[in-house]
Amino acid sequence: MAEHKKEIDQVSGVETTGHEWDGLKELNNPLPKWWLYMFYGSIVWSVIYWVLMPSWPLVNGYTKGLLDYSQRAVATEEFNVAAAERAETGKMLLEASLDEILNTPELLEYASAQGKVAFGDNCAPCHGTGATGFEGYPNLQDDSWIWGGDLDTLATTISYGVRSEHDESRFAEMPAFGRDELLEKEEIVQVANYVGSVAGLPTQDGVDLEAGKVIYEENCAACHMDNLKGDIETGSPNLTAPTYLYGKSVDDIIAQVNAPRHGVMPAWIDRLGETTVKSLAVYVHSLGGGQ
Amino acid sequence: MSSQVEPIDNEEDESWFASAAKVYPMEVKGRFRKIKWAILFITLGIYYFTPFIRWDRGPLLPDQAVLVDFERKRGYFFFLEIWPQEVYYLAGLLIIASVALFLMNAIAGRLWCGYLCPQTVWTDLFFRVESMIEGDRRKRIALDKQPWNAEKILKKGTKHFIWLMIAWWTGGAWVLYFADAPTLVYDLATGQAAMSAYVWIGILTFTTYSLAGHMREQVCVYMCPWPRIQAALTDEHALNVTYRYDRGEPRGHLKESKKRLAEGLPAGDCIDCNQCFYACPTGVDIRKGAQLDCIQCGLCIDACDSIMTKVGKPTGLIAYDTDINIERREKGEEAVYRLIRPRTVIYTAIIAAIAGVMLYMQLNRSMTDLSVVHDRNPLYVQQSDGGFRNGYALRLLNKHNKEQAFTLSVEGMPAGTTLEVVGVHKSAADLTKDTKITLTVDADTTRSVRALVFSPAGVELPGSKPMSFKLIDSETGETTVVSDFFRAPGK
Repeated sequence: MAEHKKEIDQVSGVETTGHEWDGLKELNNPLPKWWLYMFYGSIVWSVIYWVLMPSWPLVNGYTKGLLDYSQRAVATEEFNVAAAERAETGKMLLEASLDEILNTPELLEYASAQGKVAFGDNCAPCHGTGATGFEGYPNLQDDSWIWGGDLDTLATTISYGVRSEHDESRFAEMPAFGRDELLEKEEIVQVANYVGSVAGLPTQDGVDLEAGKVIYEENCAACHMDNLKGDIETGSPNLTAPTYLYGKSVDDIIAQVNAPRHGVMPAWIDRLGETTVKSLAVYVHSLGGGQ
Repeated sequence: MSSQVEPIDNEEDESWFASAAKVYPMEVKGRFRKIKWAILFITLGIYYFTPFIRWDRGPLLPDQAVLVDFERKRGYFFFLEIWPQEVYYLAGLLIIASVALFLMNAIAGRLWCGYLCPQTVWTDLFFRVESMIEGDRRKRIALDKQPWNAEKILKKGTKHFIWLMIAWWTGGAWVLYFADAPTLVYDLATGQAAMSAYVWIGILTFTTYSLAGHMREQVCVYMCPWPRIQAALTDEHALNVTYRYDRGEPRGHLKESKKRLAEGLPAGDCIDCNQCFYACPTGVDIRKGAQLDCIQCGLCIDACDSIMTKVGKPTGLIAYDTDINIERREKGEEAVYRLIRPRTVIYTAIIAAIAGVMLYMQLNRSMTDLSVVHDRNPLYVQQSDGGFRNGYALRLLNKHNKEQAFTLSVEGMPAGTTLEVVGVHKSAADLTKDTKITLTVDADTTRSVRALVFSPAGVELPGSKPMSFKLIDSETGETTVVSDFFRAPGK
């Protein structure tokens, strides 16, 4: 073995490793020992970790570790704890009347949060994520309600639906005045123009509005009332508001009088349960149109 | 070829890793030692006892002068109360602190490292404990070399016990800043305190004991980034701890120097006694010039001065000085000290400017605040009367220490516009639309409400109309106006 003579670099005064590349010599500036021990320590730690925690993948499954730790079990546990916490508030929600919920900040906050989520999951496909609806699907933000906009009425509508298959479903069907030949074509044009004129819509030229008024009073006023403002008892829409469900023009009114379209809302009570329905009613009410 | 690349020698004494050479600083007496003691007592006194200072804020708020209340999300500092959104005050303080560090560096190098840094202060305290128990430098070296016996075990054991006590007290004081101090002390003593308090005490006991007791100068040399940064911040006029080699060299032992002088040869004032090196807490020989490990504490100055006094030579062979002055003296010129120069002036100006801005903001701190977020979906809703409705999420802030009533109104909207706040009415039947609404906010908290603004029917509106919410404190009249928009169909 060649005797290695310690070589000291002249410039830095540091010992070299004896390695040389094209005249450049590597200096031996030793790392601190504690740094080395930390490195060893982390190796030891990793072995301890393998033994205690799930770590190595196997052909079927993986090593479970002595501590039997599982993130899935932790998540399930946290979910159960959260569900137990919710159960208490949920019970309070179930027992409280809707008015009480509105006046109890804690319940109101809880119901609004739950209602918002339930709305996104169940209601948004038809009524839109902003609850502004589409043609044929009512806008829940405005103050125009076909079946009423107070809390209890909202809860009833959500529970049993409209023209749904539930026994207690809200039900109203406007006769097809044209298709079933209850009115002549000209009469339909006259009554539609009359309604349009009251609602402030542009009417067609040369139509006898007075005749339309007479036809309205004979055929429509029973449900939509003399002042055209509708009746929530029978689910008859307000014809004077700019919130028409099936289009905002005389032509649309003609089409609707001729052969009305009727939307269907499912009954939710069996699917969502009373607590969630209550939360939904509170949420929809809080959107701004609640009465 | 073979002579160029030699195999690595695997002799046992050669290693790729080196144990840290233990530093045994010698006790010194002198001016800078006194300053360091004074700063140590003041800073540690502030640290350990501040949580017990009381400050009356009324019945609802804590009466601790300095408190970080995570539970209620408030910070208290004597007359100041900081909400989470006002953490920029803390940012301002940190900016001032960093510029102050720059300024210190421009004036006299690493004053922070040498006198104020917690690492320096606690290490100094731990050194003192060590030398009181084990004796001064030479005795400590001897003790470390001697085999383990009863005396060594007793001394080492006592030292580590006292170190741990100090470290434990450090951690104990730390947690007192985050809860009512007297209550927490009682709870800690009776074992009722929160787990997090014990954990934090444990963590800080460990860090203090290991950093100040064992890591010591290695923290400064290997772990701390500041020594690297300061190299870029110092300049040729900064007063750094300097060995005045113009006066000291050529160095030599006292007798040797006298002999050289007698022979008419030059001899410096440095008698090569190594006291400056022995006194250094980071193991630096200052005679090698400015270096990374030097924390500029001035203890080598004290050590050298006492020797110079003994041998009857003028003090100040090592002093806060500059290389410029050494060169000037060598040329026979007067030393120059330029404390006031662009660098120091600009740093001072920056500190003054930021402090001024912060003071102004603190003096004009609003006691109420309002934030407004317009609904995104839907932007507007048409009502059955033809008017439009916009929804807004409002958050009202009341920094007063009691419930406060506010009047909310809308400005910049056509006549007939009404306002509704969801949840303000007491029952569903009693729903009020108004132009002004009174809202109360509980003491020292916020309240979130949903506000609905209704435009009157039949009024033509642009697609986006600038408007604002006005919040007036019914008692103080403090007014907050927040601008937003009212959206409607159209362009």
